[in-house]
Amino acid sequence: MASPASQPNPLPAAESPAVGVSVEALSKSYGKLDVFKDVTFAVEPGEIFVLMGPSGSGKSVLLRQVAGLETPTSGRVMIDGHDAGSAETREHVRRALVFQAGALFNSLSVYDNLALYPREHQMGTEDQIREKVMRALEILSLGKTAETFPSQLSGGMKKRVAIARALVMEPQLLLYDEPTSELDPVMSATIDEIIGSLRKEYHVTSVVVSHDCDLALSIADRVGFLMDGRLVHVGKPADLREPADPRIAEFLNPKIDVGNPRFKKIHTET
Amino acid sequence: MRQIRSILEGVGSTVQLLLRALSYVATLPRQSSRFIEQCYLIGYTTLPIVGILSFFIGSVLALQAGYSMQNFGVMQFIGSLVGLSLARELGPVMVAILVTGRVGSAITAELASMKVYQEVDALITMNIPPERMLVLPRLAAVAVMMPVLTVIANIVGWFGGAMICKYTAFISLSPKAYFASMVQYTKFKDVFDGMVKAEVFGLVVVLVCCNIGLNTRGGPREIGASVTRAVVVSLILILVLDYFVTKILI
Repeated sequence: MASPASQPNPLPAAESPAVGVSVEALSKSYGKLDVFKDVTFAVEPGEIFVLMGPSGSGKSVLLRQVAGLETPTSGRVMIDGHDAGSAETREHVRRALVFQAGALFNSLSVYDNLALYPREHQMGTEDQIREKVMRALEILSLGKTAETFPSQLSGGMKKRVAIARALVMEPQLLLYDEPTSELDPVMSATIDEIIGSLRKEYHVTSVVVSHDCDLALSIADRVGFLMDGRLVHVGKPADLREPADPRIAEFLNPKIDVGNPRFKKIHTET
Repeated sequence: MRQIRSILEGVGSTVQLLLRALSYVATLPRQSSRFIEQCYLIGYTTLPIVGILSFFIGSVLALQAGYSMQNFGVMQFIGSLVGLSLARELGPVMVAILVTGRVGSAITAELASMKVYQEVDALITMNIPPERMLVLPRLAAVAVMMPVLTVIANIVGWFGGAMICKYTAFISLSPKAYFASMVQYTKFKDVFDGMVKAEVFGLVVVLVCCNIGLNTRGGPREIGASVTRAVVVSLILILVLDYFVTKILI
């Protein structure tokens, strides 16, 4: 398996500098349902910020605001001083989002999925694009899948193709939605290394939404915790070892008590 | 009140989609492969069914005309009746209805599926506007293919009518007499007006189908609901617009 360490120069350095993200008093509601409220944090250029929290806490929705895919109910997300949803940001900031389910184009082959962005943005000749695409596929051990279609891939492979597609974009801001879910431990470690090396070598700013505590501990510069629609904690990954907030402690180290009434109920029902 | 608001929102978003797509018209030469692919899908794959249906519509029209006219001794006008009816009305409307069923439904299903499975979101984050990549090539292709399909439908329908006139005993009108009457009363303007109508219908159908597809929300079940809505709205619009466009052209 190829790892970034064995590929000293996986992708050419981005010409543009890294960008910072500023989330200011952000709230999002769908009708009467408040997803999150008054969330404020900033991600420095070149920083890896991991956002953790239980399922349904609004992490992915928050990531979509940063990606400019949704408009907040109140507050704002600024990227490099411009609104995340503005045309200016789209034009001037290379921003990639690795979707949880991959969001690959099913009608295109894996190769064409990766080549779409450089072709559309005229990032070189077809030979240069081929080189770039094949290199990204090799990094994620996907070299043999170039001519296959997404429907022929497993969930984990789709996730890797989505990450490879993001790498080809040479992003300044890389957003990941659960990048290591559905991946085996070795591939998860490779993804951790890729995220880390993109920061180290190319100064890419990363916002990672994840449940994976190991990922947060190994690569994050800072970790945020979103719980019950509120950002309850922002701090260093080391804080996770002995969290002050009991809710975070319970989330990270859940105590499974088989004597708990909820288990008895499941047992009775089955 | 809610339905009126919904209709107005639909009209507004469709017009916005058209304007956004047109703002990328300069990128069309770079998208030639997508344009050709859409021409193939809209034109070539629809051609067989257009040919079969227009042949039989021309035939039935001649048969009904012959049956109605036999008591009046004006059989020689069957050619002009079939010619005018197909060129001005039946040709463009039939092609538009076929394009709705054959192409419009497929466009909505494809775009709705892309929306539901976040492919459209992926395009947006890649700064590839869906209007440029998904809507514009389809609009350009339908603009080119609708007049072509309409002319082919007219010609096949006219020949269908000619065959029926020749081989139906109670009509027995020679192709020469049939086409002489057709040429005498069917002018180029009639054919051209039909092509204009087809153009309007085609653009509206593709716009409506793209807009409904791109605004699909929810899960796979909504894809089917969107396709049904797109086909129904398109068919209603074809018939409503038919009246207004005819009124303008006459």
